[in-house]
Parts: sequence; C-alpha cells; structure tokens
Amino acid sequence: MSTAKEARAIVEMRGITIEFPGVKALDGVDLTLRGGEVHTLMGENGAGKSTLIKALTGVYAIDGGSIIVEGTPREFRGTADAQLAGISTVYQEVNLCTNLSVGENVMLGHEVRGPLGINWAATHREAARHLENLGVRLDTRSMLSAHSIAVQQLVAISRAMVTDSRVLVLDEPTSSLDRGEVDQLFGVIRGLRDRGVAILFVTHFLDQVYEISDRLTVLRNGTLVGEYPVEDLPRGQLISKMIGRELDELDAISQSAARAIDRTSDPVIRATGVGRRGVLHPADVEVYDGEVVGLAGLLGSGRTELVRLLYGADRADAGRVEVRGRTARITNPRHAIDRRIAFSSEDRRAEGLVGDLTVAENIVLGIQAKRGALRKVRKSEQDTIVEEYIQALGVRPANPNALVRNLSGGNQQKVLLARWLATAPQLIILDEPTRGIDVGAKADIQRKVAELSEQGLAVVFISSELEEVIRIAQRIVVMRDRRKIGELTSHDIGVDDLVAFIADEQPQPDSPESAA
Amino acid sequence: MTSVQAPLEKADAFGPLKRFVSRRASWIPVFAALALLILIFIAGQAYFGNFLTPRVISALLLDNAYLFILAVGMTFVILTGGIDLSVGAVMAFTGMFGASLLRDGVPSGIVVPVMLLLGAAFGLAIGVLVQYFDVQPFIASLAAMFAARGLAFMVSLDSIKVETPEILWLQSTRIQGAPGSFYITPTGIIALLVVLVAALVLAYTRFGRTIYAIGGNEQSARLMGLPVVRSKLLAYVVSGVCAGLAGVVFTAYTGASYPLNGMGTELDTIAAVVIGGTLLLGGSGFVVGSMIGVFVYGTIKTAISFMGADQSWTRISVGLLLLLFVVVQRIIVARSDRR
Ligand SMILES: Nc1ncnc2c1ncn2[C@@H]1O[C@H](COP(=O)(O)OP(=O)(O)OP(=O)(O)O)[C@@H](O)[C@H]1O
Ligand SMILES: [Mg+2]
Repeated sequence: MSTAKEARAIVEMRGITIEFPGVKALDGVDLTLRGGEVHTLMGENGAGKSTLIKALTGVYAIDGGSIIVEGTPREFRGTADAQLAGISTVYQEVNLCTNLSVGENVMLGHEVRGPLGINWAATHREAARHLENLGVRLDTRSMLSAHSIAVQQLVAISRAMVTDSRVLVLDEPTSSLDRGEVDQLFGVIRGLRDRGVAILFVTHFLDQVYEISDRLTVLRNGTLVGEYPVEDLPRGQLISKMIGRELDELDAISQSAARAIDRTSDPVIRATGVGRRGVLHPADVEVYDGEVVGLAGLLGSGRTELVRLLYGADRADAGRVEVRGRTARITNPRHAIDRRIAFSSEDRRAEGLVGDLTVAENIVLGIQAKRGALRKVRKSEQDTIVEEYIQALGVRPANPNALVRNLSGGNQQKVLLARWLATAPQLIILDEPTRGIDVGAKADIQRKVAELSEQGLAVVFISSELEEVIRIAQRIVVMRDRRKIGELTSHDIGVDDLVAFIADEQPQPDSPESAA
Repeated sequence: MTSVQAPLEKADAFGPLKRFVSRRASWIPVFAALALLILIFIAGQAYFGNFLTPRVISALLLDNAYLFILAVGMTFVILTGGIDLSVGAVMAFTGMFGASLLRDGVPSGIVVPVMLLLGAAFGLAIGVLVQYFDVQPFIASLAAMFAARGLAFMVSLDSIKVETPEILWLQSTRIQGAPGSFYITPTGIIALLVVLVAALVLAYTRFGRTIYAIGGNEQSARLMGLPVVRSKLLAYVVSGVCAGLAGVVFTAYTGASYPLNGMGTELDTIAAVVIGGTLLLGGSGFVVGSMIGVFVYGTIKTAISFMGADQSWTRISVGLLLLLFVVVQRIIVARSDRR
C-alpha cells in the first residue's frame, strides 16, 4: 500500500476558487497530488471536478487560491504551459481533431522531426507504439473520424502518454471503455505510478475507484468535503459523502424489471434477420409494449450497429422490420421518428445538443421538431415538460435558462436524455444513457426509464455496466463479434453469469437461437 | 473480474478500397477536381481540335501565375476555417506602391521586399483583429480590402507604367526547349515554387499541421497545447505575403500597375480553392488541390475565349462549378459523418 506520509507533494492547490457568471463552480478547494500515488477525484455531476482540472492546467484562470508545482507557485496560461511543467491531461470531452489521422492525433505537437521536417514514418511508428502500450492495434494512418468513441478515447489517453510527465491527469478516461481496455489502462497507470508519477483520476465507476486509487478527494457543490486514504472510506460512506445523503434503494427498479410483459399482441418492433454486410450478421429482435430489452456485449460486439440499423441511421441490406405488425421501411432516421422511434446515441456531441441554447430550449427542441415548425409548443406546456424532466433526472443546476454549453458533462447527458423522452416515443433506444453520470443520477435515470416502461414505453437499453442492464431489463440480447449469440431472461441471472455468457466461458443457457 | 476483449478493429474487415478511403478521404475532392480538369481538356480538344497545345498549356501557367500565388495564401486561411477577402485589393495596393517606388528610382532589390512586407502587414492586421478583437474573418478582411483599395487609389488614380528591366524580365524571359514546345517564365517558376513550398510546409511542419488541427477543431487544438494564436496569425500573414508577391507578379505581367487591378480577384481565388477541394469549414484541403482549382478556372477562361464568347461566361461557368463542388463536398462530409 502507499506510504502516503513520505510521498512527496508534486502539486499543491490551495483554496482554489472559480466563479462563472451566476455560479461559484469552486469555492476554496484544496488538492494535493503526490508522486507515486493514484489520487481519485470524486463528486456528483457538476461538483466541480473538471473545473478543478482546468484550473490546474490553465484553461481557466483562477479567481482565488494558489497552485504550487514542485515548490514554486505557478499560474499556467494554457495546456501548453502545463505540459511544459510536466503535467499532461486528458480532458473529459475527448479533445481531438477528427479530420486528422489517428497517429497524428496521438503525436500532434510532438511529431518526430528530421532535418527535412516531420518524419511521418517514424511519427506513425511512435504513435503505434504508444497505442500498443494501451493494447490498441490499428491503422494509425486512418482518419480518426472513422473510429468509434471508445477508440477515440484510447487515442486521447495515448496522447497524454507521449510526453514524459510527472503528473498525469485523466478526467473520466474510462467512460467509453470496456473491461479489457480498462485493465490495460490500469496496467499502464500502475506502471507510471511505480515510476513516481502523480496521477489524478476521475470516474463515476465505483469499482474502478477502489481498484486503482490510493487516495480520494471528494467534492460536493464546488466545495471540498475531504481527502481520505482509500482504505478509510468504504463504498457506502463515499457515496453519502458525495451526494450528501444515503443512496435510495434500487429495489423498486428491480421489481419493475421482474414485471410480466404481455407478449400476446404484436410487438412494437420486430426485426427479422436484420443485418448489413461487414457490419452485423443478420439478427432478430422484438420489443413489446412496456418492455425493456437490454443489449449486452463487449465494445465492438455489434450493439450500437444493431440499433443503428433499427433506427435507420445505417441502412440494413438484409432482413425485415415490422412496427406493430406492419412492415416498415426504415432506411432513414426520419422514417423512424415518424413511427415514434427515438434514438439517443452514445455520442452526445455529434447528436447535436446545442451548446448555445438553454436547457429548456434543448429539451423542447425535440418536441418542436416532431410537431413541425408551424405548431408551436405553448409556453406553459413547455415549462411543465421542462420542469418535469429537470426534476426527474436531477439536472444541475436546476435552472431551465442555463446554457447547455456551461453544464458539466454528466448534466449534458441528462438534458439529451430528457429531450428524447419528452418527444413521447413508443420505442426509445438508449445507447449508453448513463455514461459519465454519477451514482445518484444513474439511479434517477434508471428509475425514470422503469417508470416510463411501466406506463407502456418500449425501451432498448444498451450499457456496458452489466449490473445496470440486469437491473433494468426484462430480457437481455447478448452480442458477440457482430452477431447476436442469444437471449437471456434477466431475473434469474447474475452479473457473473452474464459475463461468462458474453465471454463464452460456459455452455449456453436456454437460448432459443444460438447464432443467427 | 474476467478480462475479455473483443478485437477492436479487424484488419481484414477493411478491403484495400476501404482502407484507402479511411486514410485518404480528404483527397477525394482533389481527385474530383483533377478529373474535371482532364474532362475539360478532352472536351476542349474534341471541340476545337487545337486546344491541347504546348502553347495553350504554357499560357495557362503564365496568365494565372498571380492567381496560383493568391490561392496558396487563401488555402492557409481557409484551412484554419477563416477567409481573406482582402487579397485582390492588397495585390493592387502593393502593386501600385511598388510601381510608384520603381518610378521614383528605388532599386527593385528594395521594392520587392517592401511589397512583401506590406502584404504581411495587412495579413497581420487581419489576424490581430480576428484573434484579439474577436472580429469575424469575413468582416476583418473586408475592412482590410476597403483600406487597401483606398490606399491604392491614394498612390495614384491612373495606372503607373513599370519600366524596371528586372521586373519586366520576370515576365518576358521564356525558358523553352524547341520553338513551339512548352515554355515557362520566371513568374511561372515563382508560382510553382510557392505551391511546392506551401505544400511542404503544410505537410511536413508543425505549423502546417497546427493549421489543419485548428480547422478541425480549434477548441481541441487549444486543449492539446498547440500554438493556436500564433499559427492563426501566421496563416493570415502567409496570405498577406502571397498577396504582396502576387502584386509583384501581376505588375510584371501587365507591365504596369492600375488601382483597379484585381477587382473581384478574391472571389476568383476562393472559387479556385473550393473547386480544388478545400472545405470552407476548414481542416481539409491541399494546396495542390487549389492549384488544380486555378487550372480549372484558367482553362474555362481559355476555352471561352477560344469560342469567342463573352468572358462573362467564365464567371457563369465558374459559378455553376462552384455550386456543384460545394454540393459534392456537403455530400462527402455528410456521408463521412455517418461513417
Ligand atoms: N464555462 C462555464 N460557464 C459557466 N458555468 C460553468 C462553466 N463550466 C462549468 N460550469 C459549471 O460549473 C459547475 C462544475 O462543473 P464541472 O464540469 O466541473 O463538473 P464535474 O464535476 O466535472 O461534473 P461531471 O461529473 O458531470 O463531469 C457546474 O455547475 C457547471 O454548470
Ligand atoms: Mg467533468
């Protein structure tokens, strides 16, 4: 375990205060990073974690307090400055350039140069080496835009490893990663820690917190709750320190999942043999009224690909889709929306939350788009809907007039979800809806989904967190290697069963069709 | 916990074509422009019979040397996601100022650097407005355009004849093999060199790569710790210097300077750059593409004068092509967004 008392402080932040117009994002927060230690920053969405990181790296100027790096007071004027002082950072919003190649994104600003300028062959070799350290092998000359969010996140992390830094800051680096990739990353982090690097880590996955951290700092509403060695703060206490209360019971959600579903009438959607060459082997899926169908599988197993075909975001080249018993041609998202099918994608930035509009405007946007420009949503009606979802999902600040751009990452995710739910679809497809969302809010979102499904909404729920899938879904479709490998009923399996099934470590349980 | 992992990317799932597309998607518009150019050549040859001759092709480079240079500068600016409307006027002003100095007997060894510096100053002014005063590039460069045009008229309302031998030499010297074969003038060589140097800078220097990064996502570029401010300023300076150099070349080409030179040239330049496959949003494009764009523009002009039709047809056809290419680009961008 860490010999915390002796470890040398590399970064000391004292009494950091940052104010944005109308919000005090940080109020007198302290943070100490020591060499050879993994320090995890915990807090609800909007607690100020990312802001603290941006204060450290000079993205935001601080309004009060001091930052001391290696004994000297510093005030960085930007990431470049911080990098020079040995602090490299992966910010929460993956900050890369999708118009450039993978290798270039890893190496930008650190390209290998010869007498004749950048030596691209060597640069790509370097990039490949850094990616390989994280267990990623891919064509570094391919454009970043051709890759999934998870790959982009790995690229962003590799980028931070290029310079030999004394401090490594990782703001929710694992939000899109699967177990194998997280293991790989943790291996790298441990290696760096043992070499004396100070690591600042942010995540909402409690398992990961206890797996990797030596020390925790908890923030709540922009103030410091405290700093604790990890062994002094068991899970329950950590949660109550973060959210300021005990976490409500999740049993109600599990009960909802155990509910019997009426499968006698036509399903809301029935896909038969839907597939696309090179993307997804033909698969069957049905979702009935009031049912939550979970989609489980590893990253790249075809979960997202399947729902994109259902939604018409990509065009299927095989199979048939019926909506309520009638054959439906869904080759375009427009067709899906017309049939009241909503899709909240895993990529919230591409999805088009409009940063310069307010929370209320973003939520109403979906309803307005559905009604067409001419039938304006009445103001009073808007207010009730917006109010309802801000409450139900716990958007902070609970101010309908806040600009979405200024919300914390997790709160933006909630607004996106609210927008889709507010359109009153008959089927909603949620791809990683709880990514980057804190434990308390995760429960809020699950509760809301359970509640809506009890009222008859059909839901397809994709999540890498298997506990969550099991808790919320009645039925789980399991994907592997871009094919559907089976279906499980959730109430009689546990997480370990599901993991084993996904990994094919045991003969399959009662699955009607094994491979499509 | 079990550590299981799906292979992230399957190498064999990508055919060679897919691999090419995944690597070189941004070159597709350039190839489109090249195909168009070849198409126009073939059509011209089929129609006129004497279109594809060394004389005509050599004249293309000669007549449009200034446009090649302007297009290179414009490419830098557009790659950052900006625009520079001042280039035509700056070319006219530096031309006028240079011509007046030459007339007063200042040696060309001083005049030419002064012209380049003047161009740089205009570029710097636009860059500072954009970067530090948050002025839209469109507005900042529009202001610079008016300023430069006004200054050109202040130098003289009439054209100034240039008789300095070194300047005229740039245009009149023809390096040629056999009579009737291809030839090139020093102005053409300058234009080609500018294209070459710019292509190398964009592909092989950190400054060049930063330009692409800024155009891709300025916020990201900043968080990556790249020198965003400096590079953006420099992009406008490059455009300004190119405008100054175009002033030199154009003065040599016409043997005189006239304050109305280069009216609307900024728009021709932008059209050529866009036809050459550079996205107006920034972050994607190549100077080689811009060069092809200028060739397309010049070839259409030549073809129309072959027909004996009015040159307003050039404008009309370039306008239509521009529309076509912008639509094609939109489709490409939309498709690559959908992956
Ligand atoms: N540029 C800004 N302008 C105004 N308010 C801001 C700005 N950036 C952040 N905030 C506010 O500061 C608070 C802290 O945000 P921050 O992004 O640091 O939260 P976080 O702890 O990282 O949350 P999450 O877990 O969701 O990422 C939030 O209330 C947010 O709305
Ligand atoms: Mg954050």
